[in-house]
Parts: sequence; C-alpha cells; structure tokens
Amino acid sequence: MKQTLAALIAGLVFGIGLIVSGMANPEKVLGFLDLAGLWDPSLAFVMGGAIIVGLVAFSVARRRTLSFLGLKMNIPQSNQIDKRLVFGSLVFGIGWGIAGFCPGPGLVALGAGEGKAAVFVASMIGGMILFDLLERRKKAA
Amino acid sequence: MTIAWSDFTPWAALSGGILIGVAAAIFLLFNGRIAGISGILGGLLTPSQGGASWRIAFVGGLIAAPLLWLAFGALPPIEINAGYPALIVAGLLVGLGTRYGSGCTSGHGVCGLSRLSVRSLVATLSFMAAGFVTVFVIRHILGV
Repeated sequence: MKQTLAALIAGLVFGIGLIVSGMANPEKVLGFLDLAGLWDPSLAFVMGGAIIVGLVAFSVARRRTLSFLGLKMNIPQSNQIDKRLVFGSLVFGIGWGIAGFCPGPGLVALGAGEGKAAVFVASMIGGMILFDLLERRKKAA
Repeated sequence: MTIAWSDFTPWAALSGGILIGVAAAIFLLFNGRIAGISGILGGLLTPSQGGASWRIAFVGGLIAAPLLWLAFGALPPIEINAGYPALIVAGLLVGLGTRYGSGCTSGHGVCGLSRLSVRSLVATLSFMAAGFVTVFVIRHILGV
C-alpha cells in the first residue's frame, strides 16, 4: 500500500516537473534537438536540475541495503555496453526526433487530453508489445 | 549556432528539472527503484515482471499530473505539430527502442547519469545524437 502511494506521488511530482519545465510540450523539446535552427537550450537545464538532485539521492541510496519502506534496493548493476543498448537508444532517438515525444511527456500530454498524444502513446505501447513478442520468439527458438 | 533567446526558459527548466529529480529521489529512496518510465510502463506489458500496482500508480500519477495542475490554473501550451502518420511511426520507434536499449530520457538520462553509469552515458549520447540528426534531416534537409 505504502509502496503504491509512494509510486503515485513520485509519478505526480515527475509529471508536474515535466509541465513546469516545458518538456510536456514537444515543440519545446524539438527546439532543443534543432541545433542548426534557433536553438533552445532549456532541455539541458532540465537535465541539469534533475541530475543535481539525483546525485544526492543516489549517494544516499548507495549506502543503504533497504529503502525507507524496507524494500530491497533495485539498482541496475549492469555495465554492459552492447549492440542492443546502442542500437535501441539510436532507434529511440529517431522516434524522439520525429515527434518530440519521449515516454514521460507522451503520458503527461495524454492526461492533458491531447488526442495526438493518445495516438503516440498507443503506438508506443504497441512498440513495447512488439518487443516482448520478438523477445519471446527468440527465447523459444 | 543561434540561441533562441525568446524561447529559452532557464529558470522554469531548472525548477522543473529539480522537481523531476525529487520525483526520482522519492522513487529511489522509498521504492528502491529507478524512475525509468519506459521500464515501468514496459513491465506492465510483461506480466512476469510483477509489481502491477506500483507500476500503475506511477504511470497514473504521470497521467493525472495535468489534471491536478488544472485544479489550480491553466496548463501551459502543448504544441504537437507532427501529423498522425509521423506520431504512429514515432511511437513505434520509441516503444521498441526504449525496450531494446533498456531505458529512455528518465531511466538512462536522469537516473543513469545521476548514478554516474557509463552504460547510461553511452545510451544518452546515442539517443541525443539520433535526435539531433533526425531533427536536422526533417527540418533542414527534407524541409518539413
């Protein structure tokens, strides 16, 4: 119960942060990705602000084996840099550049009642399901 | 490079970024997990991953955030200029790519860089570079 409540609060605060920062607006994200046009550096400041807080949070987390709610700390241990990581990230970046949406802002814009965001999110979920199907087929083979 | 001074909102960006960092910190310190949105959502589609209730709560919080905002005032503009075919292609690529690459702007970009992960740095540089090139091709070569 507490775990669900903490997740809800984290999701809400994350979403509010995306709205405050302007990142829920794909046109603003594209303004950052358009280096050759009129460049809007805002996204770098969003990342900077988030990472400053994140650095402190992870330095606290590293010294703990259990979370404040007594849950196991699930921090990724993988250091593997492989084709999947790079290729997947490149494919994601192309999609990001086409519409200016990454997963978080897509969900926030959906909540704001944007029909186009609903189309993006539905298609994104389709892509994730496709990934699962391809993975399952690979395992079965 | 020409900076769009009239669009640049450093203080709003920084304060929104700090809120995003606080959200990631809450999720990390209370739930013991990385606030990676593609992973949280993707895990819902793979039932064997478990944790349906907290996954739904986090995604629900993101979707509810603009509704909470509306209780206090008007939302800032959300301009979506991409057409429907572009949105469908973009969604598919973002869904597939984030699952293959195990993360997106939140998981690799914010959380991964915060924990100084080289793997996440490589992922972030890859999707940023692909985003820069894609926008360059669309806006300056195809001229859309």
